[in-house]
Amino acid sequence: MLFKLPLGNVRRSLRDYTIYFFTLLIGVAVFYVFNAIESQAAFLHISASTRQIVVLMMNVLSGVSVFVSCVLGGLIVYASRFLMRRRKKEFALYMTLGMSKGKVSAILLTETLMIGILSLVSGLLAGIGLSQLMSALVVKMFDADMTSYQFVFSAPAAVKTLIYFGLIYVVTMIFNAGAVGRFKLIDLMSSDKKAEVQKMKKPVVCVIVFLAAAVMLGYAYYKVAFDFGSIEDEWIMLVYIAMGGAATFMIFWSVSGMLTRLVMSSKRSYYRGLNCFTYRQIGSRINTMVISAGIICLMLFVTICTFASAFSLKSSLENSINRNAPADMNILISDVSENTPQDVVSVMRSAGIDPDEYLSEYVVVHEYTSGDINGDAFFGDYMEEAGKEMEHLFIGGVAEEMMYVSEYNRLAGLYGLEQLTVGDDEYAVAGNFAETIRARNIPLSHGHELTIAGRTLKPAYSECRLGFDMISNTDINTGIIIIPDSLTFGENDLARKATLLAGNYKAQSKADKRSIDSLFLNARDRIDTVLSEHADPDGRSAVYIMNTRLDLTDSAVGLGAFATFIGLYIGIVFLISCGAILSIKALSENIDSIPRYDILRKIGADEKDIDRSLFRQTGIFFLLPLLLAGIHTIFGMKFALNVLGVFVTTDEMLPGMLLTAAIVAAIYGGYFLITYFCGKNIIKSKM
Amino acid sequence: MELLRIQNVEKYYGSRSSLTKALDDISFTVEQGEFTAIMGASGSGKTTLLNCISTIDTVTAGHIFLEQTDITTLRGSQLNKFRRDKLGFIFQDFNLLDTLTAFENIALALSIQKRDEKETSKHVNEVAEQLGITDVLQKYPYQMSGGQKQRVASARAIVTDPKIVLADEPTGALDSRSAKLLLERFNYLNKEVGTTIMMVTHDSFTASYASRVIFIKDGKIFHELNRGDNTRKQLFDKIIDVVTLLGGDVSDAL
Repeated sequence: MLFKLPLGNVRRSLRDYTIYFFTLLIGVAVFYVFNAIESQAAFLHISASTRQIVVLMMNVLSGVSVFVSCVLGGLIVYASRFLMRRRKKEFALYMTLGMSKGKVSAILLTETLMIGILSLVSGLLAGIGLSQLMSALVVKMFDADMTSYQFVFSAPAAVKTLIYFGLIYVVTMIFNAGAVGRFKLIDLMSSDKKAEVQKMKKPVVCVIVFLAAAVMLGYAYYKVAFDFGSIEDEWIMLVYIAMGGAATFMIFWSVSGMLTRLVMSSKRSYYRGLNCFTYRQIGSRINTMVISAGIICLMLFVTICTFASAFSLKSSLENSINRNAPADMNILISDVSENTPQDVVSVMRSAGIDPDEYLSEYVVVHEYTSGDINGDAFFGDYMEEAGKEMEHLFIGGVAEEMMYVSEYNRLAGLYGLEQLTVGDDEYAVAGNFAETIRARNIPLSHGHELTIAGRTLKPAYSECRLGFDMISNTDINTGIIIIPDSLTFGENDLARKATLLAGNYKAQSKADKRSIDSLFLNARDRIDTVLSEHADPDGRSAVYIMNTRLDLTDSAVGLGAFATFIGLYIGIVFLISCGAILSIKALSENIDSIPRYDILRKIGADEKDIDRSLFRQTGIFFLLPLLLAGIHTIFGMKFALNVLGVFVTTDEMLPGMLLTAAIVAAIYGGYFLITYFCGKNIIKSKM
Repeated sequence: MELLRIQNVEKYYGSRSSLTKALDDISFTVEQGEFTAIMGASGSGKTTLLNCISTIDTVTAGHIFLEQTDITTLRGSQLNKFRRDKLGFIFQDFNLLDTLTAFENIALALSIQKRDEKETSKHVNEVAEQLGITDVLQKYPYQMSGGQKQRVASARAIVTDPKIVLADEPTGALDSRSAKLLLERFNYLNKEVGTTIMMVTHDSFTASYASRVIFIKDGKIFHELNRGDNTRKQLFDKIIDVVTLLGGDVSDAL
């Protein structure tokens, strides 16, 4: 009996359980898929540094998994509350028949258990299937070989899923049992006789609140997206974010009152078909859930931003490396004292990495500083104007780096950069860091003259030329002054700052490149030893930086993959939460509205019209938070790019944005459709 | 002129072994502009009859004609259209939408029929005046008394200009004063506007406002009264006599 009843219940109310089941299923599947990444990555041929990133990523993912299970747990408790609400009458019947609360609890428990087991099994199966798709993504993300693909079942991930969701179900059951304990028969029996009090907000107040919210939002948008430079304190930032958040809630509050008024103002459309009913319903719906609509809108906003930036990060990092690391390796030894070895080639030889043996081509160039050539001299009278372009940098007293034009051109030749022409009384600037370039362009465009080593030089170009000395993973060169070869300095006027060697590996295949690369990276300790042999009397030895293209690529790939997976994980769970909460809200509203639909039928409304009304209600209900989140996103993304200082072109953003739209459409849209069809069932005619 | 003809209508419930005859070969006609009351005890079949006429329920045998159309042969969307365009309903529990104002509740009946929106206001104000509810048009159902609600529901039923208004225990949820007010309005509609009304009730006082009273017992017509030149009071006394004859059940309901 105690088994037959719940089984029958589950089968009968399968439709009610759809949302619950769907949410659980996606939750379980997503949980498994992301925890199985480790097992998949284990089969990949990836470099040691990427492997380290995988390990780090898995640690973060397990941390996120705890958070995710809390979110899903909360969601499941919320969903089961909805199911109980729907069935109060049924419980009342059991209790009037003399069933004890314990028995009712037991029935509920068995039902939860059945749905739990069913969803866990199907979720795991879906997860195992999906994780094969995920393998392809893992392979692509880590730039590994697709040939190493094989069917992977991750036992640890499956066990983890079972344990976490087992715990979630236990918590849900405890909550349900607690709720049953608080049942009062009279409340259960009269649960559907609730008088609805329709409160109409004053339209004037609504308009004022709406305008205030729009102004607040517009101001915050303008500040974070277009006037980013003027933000000096970090707490000001928080104020803008808080303004945006508050404005979101205010908009939902006022829209609920205004929407109906707005449609009402057009008498013709308001009194067409079921329109007046539809908009009243929507108005009262939003009215009762200003807070949750606001939270959902903000969650959607965070989700979309997370997706879009995570997806764009990888491609933007890769593009940036292709731009900024055109050579296989370089090494830069900074001078600290007289003792610093002058010859970088012999240092490398002593460290066992002879450039002649391992590099097919290389150039050695030098960078200099001269005592009085600093930021103040460079910017001169334009200091104040230029300063506005560089809020976060102050380079006034910092000595400028200089390179002779012939040396720079040799380096530029290796890098495939533009060759510069600098006359005897001219100078040029090469750099690629956006902010300082804008600043440096100001004196350059005014033909600002520099006096170096007693000679007055004027700009050879009216703006900075694109260029850099070290290979790197991002546009980071703040500008090097390129001086004519004929310029000679006095004995104490010129200081050598650094020696740079850049070159390409003597290798044909990718594998050869890898092995030479690890040879260079492993020589780091030996270079340190060689340099310390040349330490000055105070014990200071020269500092060096060695970058290799493969090393930079590996960390970029790892970082890109890291961001993508974490972003996907959190984003999908947020999406599920938004969809499920909205869905449950909409369905319980539908349940409350059953008598209204019956009235509509009695006075002769067409089923088609009723369906259309429900579709519109559900659609606007889902669309409104998404719409506002979309507007938030446009400005939020601009802000995010500003903060990160990442240079991302629209072309680079587009695929990520499309992918984001696809995922949101699939999950959020899926919830919308399920809600609509479940709603249709709920209000279905009983005549 | 004949408007509605009920012809040998039967309605059976249950299986062959335990058959319940809710309607057992009932026939009568309703003339245009008549105010008919159908009286009977609980389980006499009066609500089943109303449901069959309003096409909410189907008949087992027999025919129902409204203006020469046999409504027992209508199916699917035809039924909806018929119900929407030809009938007006008044229910015991008002069935007003709590999210809409009185005006909107009445206007909804018009917009469901896809009538021209420009005429909406005119029609609504016209019927509101006839039913004396002009001053509550902008109120919500929860701000109105039961009598006002039922008059709004009546306005909704007649605003579409239906062939016949079907009322199921319209005074069932009203106090005696409100009931009297409503019935006087029904009389006004019937006399001055020419609305055909068919009302199901078990209350003799309510029935006494009609021009014709049909008594049903166990699915059959038991008796029929015509008001003729009688006053309402005289008709009421006659009804009481019949009810006494009917015995037990109905007198309990008085």
